[in-house]
This record gives sequence, structure tokens and C-alpha cells, in this order.
Amino acid sequence: MIENREILLNDPNSERYLVNMGPQHPSTHGVLRLVVGIKGETVDSVQPHCGYIHRGIEKMCEHITYPQIIHLTDRMDYLSAHQNNHAVCLAVENALGVQVPERVQYIRTIMDELSRIASHQLWWATFGMDLGALTTFFYGLRDREKILDIFEESTGSRFLQSYYTPGGLMKDIHPDFQKHVKEFLVYFRKLLPEYDQLLTGNVIYRARSINMGLLSKEDAINYGVTGPSGRGSGFSCDVRKHKPYGVYHKAEFNEILRTEGDVHARYMVHMDEMRESMKIIEQLIDNIPAGDFIAKMKPVIKLPAGEYWQSVETARGELGVYIVSDGNKNPYRMKFRSPNLSNLGVLEKLSIGHKIADLIAIGGSMDYIIPDIDR
Amino acid sequence: MKEILNYFQEIFSAIRSLTTGMKVTGKYFAINAFTDKQVFTQKYPENRKELKMFDAFRGEVIMTHNENNEHRCNGCGICELNCPNGSIEIIAKKENNEDGKAIRAIDQHVYQLAMCTFCGLCIKACPSNALDWGQDFEHAVFDRSKLTKVLNQPGSKIQKDIKE
Ligand code: SF4
Ligand code: SF4
Repeated sequence: MIENREILLNDPNSERYLVNMGPQHPSTHGVLRLVVGIKGETVDSVQPHCGYIHRGIEKMCEHITYPQIIHLTDRMDYLSAHQNNHAVCLAVENALGVQVPERVQYIRTIMDELSRIASHQLWWATFGMDLGALTTFFYGLRDREKILDIFEESTGSRFLQSYYTPGGLMKDIHPDFQKHVKEFLVYFRKLLPEYDQLLTGNVIYRARSINMGLLSKEDAINYGVTGPSGRGSGFSCDVRKHKPYGVYHKAEFNEILRTEGDVHARYMVHMDEMRESMKIIEQLIDNIPAGDFIAKMKPVIKLPAGEYWQSVETARGELGVYIVSDGNKNPYRMKFRSPNLSNLGVLEKLSIGHKIADLIAIGGSMDYIIPDIDR
Repeated sequence: MKEILNYFQEIFSAIRSLTTGMKVTGKYFAINAFTDKQVFTQKYPENRKELKMFDAFRGEVIMTHNENNEHRCNGCGICELNCPNGSIEIIAKKENNEDGKAIRAIDQHVYQLAMCTFCGLCIKACPSNALDWGQDFEHAVFDRSKLTKVLNQPGSKIQKDIKE
């Protein structure tokens, strides 16, 4: 960084510029600042500067109890709020050795998959918009609205649901939950081909995405790029497959893998994952067993002293929760391994040599959620 | 020769891909222009009267009162302990019950809406089910002090069946 500035200062004839992209730039989808070194229009360095939305969530967790932590995790990757809740709940439940009722596991898995679809819809909508296809924004949000209504009906909130609690759920699902989910599946199965017609085959989109931002499998593993971005490079990293939690082991689904590693591959992983998620929900929705929606828990949850790790697959990759407990009712140390921070690390590698407009496409395809990067 | 052929093929497939996309947008344009089947947006705030939130909707924390202006809160302070943000403050008072014994009762249940993250832990934790979700979501005010609310209504009493 400083080195770069010196080059600029020392050489007035240098053709290299440092340009600030963000923190207030619509295409960074949040307050992310990228210091981009450009020569003409070609990117030759990208330095992300994080911290504009750092709230110290990990530190805050050290002062509050485990059930209270849940509502903070909503605010990391807000599009995967359910999955974030799930990670903390599983970590606490496994540490205590609590067996949650089967009904809870089914509902959690369905909710996770619904929010994955909703997240991918929003991603598709904004990614299209990044590339100049404004229509996708309306279509994606229109369909996501249906899922948000389902969430609101059962959890009471559209966005930051805080629906899971160690041992179960905050409240039972709405009696119409199953009916509405099934209606949505029928509705969305009909509309998903429209997404393809609108953007996937579009000549402008294809020209801007194919062979753009190549990420090799080695780099994906080295940088810890998980989620659709990692799987677009052939890195088999789906936690749902490798370390199943919830009732994923009861559903049949494929891990979407592609080998190209370009923007288009990541795009296609997103699109196919929506189909797989619908498949999972279809298999589970009719089999939700009756029973309690919460297991019997002590009023004050204290984890036995020790270290606990739990990872789940959010819409953007592997979210890990690491708890160090000293036996108290709040954790001694809480660490979140957020997928977006690792995914951000590889951005420079992907963008060097491309044009500055392609940086938007590459960043968009990596699906960054900035509050998850900063936490 | 082959290159020229490829060149024209590319142009045609490009045009075809554009028209496929245009067909989709055209379809919705026609539906929206000539019918009113596909209206997704709501006219807020014009529809305020008909607007009904879901039963579970988490608008704000309220204390339920029955028709005799009686609530169920005994001032135990468990909700205050459970709130992660310190948005609840219980101001208790001493009160004599029917037998003339001094008991702890609620004076003011102070709720700071501005600090609430709508997690629902207070409502879940309350042993006597005194709290519930309110449906109001229009919380914008001109003065910050209006966001500090006292949940027990003035002059309200505790219901008979609630133990201290
Ligand atoms: S609202 Fe409930 S938890 Fe809070 S002080 Fe009153 S009775 Fe106790
Ligand atoms: S909903 Fe949560 S943040 Fe709001 S007052 Fe209750 S416990 Fe506190």
C-alpha cells in the first residue's frame, strides 16, 4: 500500500492510479472499501480494507449468555440468518449433549434451505444488476418476497429472524407453513426457467462472465474459499454432505460441482443449488413429525469447560463457530469463521489483469456480505 | 469461409438470446399493462386500514392488559435479566397485599424501543406471560424520548391469579 503510494508520488509520469472503490459504492453491496490500482483500465492490484461495519460481535458474545448470542449472529451474514443461528445452537447443543426433537431438526433444515433459496435469489437479482441487467433485480426480489412472507408468518420477522434457540425453536411453525411452502415450490419451479431465459443465455452476460476471474481448485483450497465460489472451482466443500447436521442425511441431493472456476461457473452453481434446495425441501416438507418444538433445557445454560467447534453450510460457504468455555454462562472466547472473509482474500488474485468493469462482475460472483466480513 | 460463417452464427445466436429475454419481460409488461392480475407491490401508506400483519409479527414489546386494566406482571425482573441489550428496566415498589403483607410489585416497566433488537427473549422468559408482541411497526418519531415507554398502563393493577 505505502509502497504503491511512493511509486505514485515519486513518478509523476506514472500511468498507474490508485482508485478508491467504496466504502459507499453500490456494487460492493455494503461498506467495503477496495483500493484498486489501475493502469488505464486494467486492474493490477486490489486491496480490500475492512472494518467499516465492525461491531465487535465476537467480543460482545463474551458478555452475554448463549441464548442471547443467537440474535447477534443474525446480524453477521444477514441473508443466512437461519443458518448462523443453527451453527451456534448446534455448538451449544452438542456441548451439552442435548438431543433436540426430530420436529425441530426437520423445521430447521427446511428453514435453512428456504433461506438459501432466498439468498441466492437476492444474489441473482443484484448480480444481474451489477452487470447492467436491471430487470433481474425486480424479478429476483419479487420471488424472494414469497419466502420472506413464509418466514414472517412463522417466525414473526422477515429478515433477522432469531428463530432458533439452544434446544429448539422460539415458537412453533404456523399451521399453514407446510401449505405455503408447497405453494411456493410450485410457483418457483415454474419461474426458475425464466431466470435462465432472462440472464443465463443472454449474450452480454455470457461475454462478461465466461473465462472471467478464473479461480483454480488449488487456490480455492489454499485460500479456504468455500460455498458456491469454492464449488465453482471443483472444491468439494459442502458441509451438508461431508459433516451432515440437521436431517440432511435423510434427504437426497447432489453437491453441485463445476470445474471451470470462472464467474459463469459460480453463477451456475448458485442456480443449480436453488434447484437442489427445492429438492431437499420437497423431500422433507411432508414428513415433519409431530412433537415438541423445544427440548427441555435448564433455565441457565452453562457449557462444561472446554472447546467446541461446529460448522454449517450457509448460503456463502462454511460458517464455523468456535466456543471456548470456562464453565460459565457466557463463553470465554467466541470465534466465528465467516465464509466471506476467506472468500474476500482471493479477490485480488482473481481480478488482476482484468478491466475495472470486470472487477464488479468478479466481486459480484463471489457474493460478499460485508457485515459477515467485519462482524 | 468458416470464420465468416461462425461470425454470422454468433450474431444470430446473440440476437436469439436477446429476444428470449425480451419475451419474458414483454410477457410481464403485457400482463401488467392490460390486466391487474400481477400486481406485487402494495400501496403503503394508502392501504393502512386494510394492512394486516401476521399474527406472529414482531413489532414491539407490549404488556397485555385485560378489560379491567389489569396486567400479569409481578415485577420479578426476569425479563430484565434476559434482555441482551438492557432495553428493559424494572422499577419495583413495595405494596401491601390483601393480608397486609408487603410484597414486591411493579411500579414502572420501562422499555426502550430504540435499544430493542426484537429477539423475543423477554417474552419467552417471562414466567407469568405478561409480555407479548405488538403489531405496530410505525415507530418513527420526532423526539427520541418518545421511544422510552412505560409498558404497564397508568392506574393498572395486577391480575388476581398471579403470585408474587
Ligand atoms: S414482565 Fe414478566 S418477567 Fe418481566 S418483571 Fe413482569 S412478570 Fe417478571
Ligand atoms: S425483545 Fe429482546 S431486545 Fe427487545 S426488550 Fe425483549 S429481550 Fe430486550
